Amino acid sequence: MEYVMLFAETPAERGRRETQDAPVYWGAWTAYMEALQAAGVMRGGAGLLPPEAGTTLRLRGAERLVQTGPFADSQEQLGGYVLLDVPNLDAALEWAARAPCAGAGAVEIRPILSAGG
Amino acid sequence: MSAAQAAEQAAEQAARGAYGRLVALLAARTGDVAAAEDALSDAFQSALRHWPGTGVPDRPEAWLLTVARRRLGHARRHRGVADGARVALEWLATPDSPVELPDRRLQLMLVCAHSAIAAEARAPLMLQTVLGLDAARIASCYLASPAAMAQRLVRAKARIRTAGIPFELPGPEALPTRLSSVLEGIYGAYGTGWADVSGADAAVRGLAEEAIWLARVVVALSPEPEARGLLAMMLHAEARRPARRSGDGAYVPLSQQDTALWSRPLMAEAEALLREAARAGTLGRFQLEAAIQSFHISARLTGQRADGALLALYDALADIAPTAGVLVARAAALAEAGHPAAARTALDALGPELAQHQPWWATRARVMALLGDASGAREAARRAAALTEDPAVRAFLLAGLFQPA
Repeated sequence: MEYVMLFAETPAERGRRETQDAPVYWGAWTAYMEALQAAGVMRGGAGLLPPEAGTTLRLRGAERLVQTGPFADSQEQLGGYVLLDVPNLDAALEWAARAPCAGAGAVEIRPILSAGG
Repeated sequence: MSAAQAAEQAAEQAARGAYGRLVALLAARTGDVAAAEDALSDAFQSALRHWPGTGVPDRPEAWLLTVARRRLGHARRHRGVADGARVALEWLATPDSPVELPDRRLQLMLVCAHSAIAAEARAPLMLQTVLGLDAARIASCYLASPAAMAQRLVRAKARIRTAGIPFELPGPEALPTRLSSVLEGIYGAYGTGWADVSGADAAVRGLAEEAIWLARVVVALSPEPEARGLLAMMLHAEARRPARRSGDGAYVPLSQQDTALWSRPLMAEAEALLREAARAGTLGRFQLEAAIQSFHISARLTGQRADGALLALYDALADIAPTAGVLVARAAALAEAGHPAAARTALDALGPELAQHQPWWATRARVMALLGDASGAREAARRAAALTEDPAVRAFLLAGLFQPA
């Protein structure tokens, strides 16, 4: 079954990218991605630049509303995602629990909408 | 305190202390755990309604049992089953409040851990029926979704009823075998999310306290030496809990723990249990694991390594219980005893099946470092870091990679 794991990070966790802690931060994510690949359960995925780098567009009538930043106004923000192929939710939860952001943020596991259903 | 608050507190206390006893007594009569839990839950609600007005009864447990029994008898009469009327009469004829309530929790645990129950449901079932934990809490400890866990528990209870699993103590010759699956279940609950409780540094979390509580019940109700071994092992691990993390939450390996933080009373209790178990003269897996803990601890306390004794214990353990966790821990003991090459061979032999087994990679990192293979050690440490769920362990493993060697 295919799921997407959405990695939500708090500002503090995301901020580690810019501190002297950065090698450990990136080391944890790289090692995690390698382990996913080695287990053959990863179909794709990417890390994302910080939410400030985002641009959000809304069409309201004929008007294009463009704003900088993310569409959701919350502390926890999407930091990356992985497309996961595992037998069931329990297996997906096991991988989610190993994600470096699981302790400081959250991981959402969402089933992929399949063509037939 | 108002009468309502007093009643609520009394009901809560009765629930915490007596939940398992009451479920066991109720279910032993009907073989229906789910119905017993429902009746008991009705009785608790009834207590919350009545006690503020009438005052808390002298023996709240007996009160709850009486009300739950009536509910159960009532429910059975109305179910219209063939023997409903007879059973209902039997129920109503039962003396309501014996002075000393018999303790049937051991029988209840034996039912929960029966071979007819799916193995992965046994420990969750014990946690729910004996300790009254709800499905959501149990699910979070087992990394399962609450819905899936609730369904697993419902199925298991239905199976107890339909398969007619008896609420009886087996004879002395069959008891140890039947008890061993109870102990397995408790051990599984204790080590949930962690494949290697036998290692000296296992992270213990989540269900540890509940598992210890269950083991204490078994020790109180049966003479089985292995139950004492299991409790001793868990108490030894518990004793070191305060030393496992530094003030800022960093992981501290056993070799660097501040031994002054280890709980002496828990360690003494564990050692006493281990001696008591040894008097029975039958060695088992849990006694061996407890003895391993004991040797690790005394080596730290006395500064005298006990490599030979540890290896012998791990060998004996691997003979009885060749699980992945035990075999990996044995390889670690080999490496620490000065045989890193043999340890690597042992790990390689376990290889492919353990590709996602965190302790395998952590041990490999140590073994490669002892063999002088720095890049092999780094690679293994990275994988071990990726496979742990514990942020402190991850940080510990990664920090080693980013420090100049």
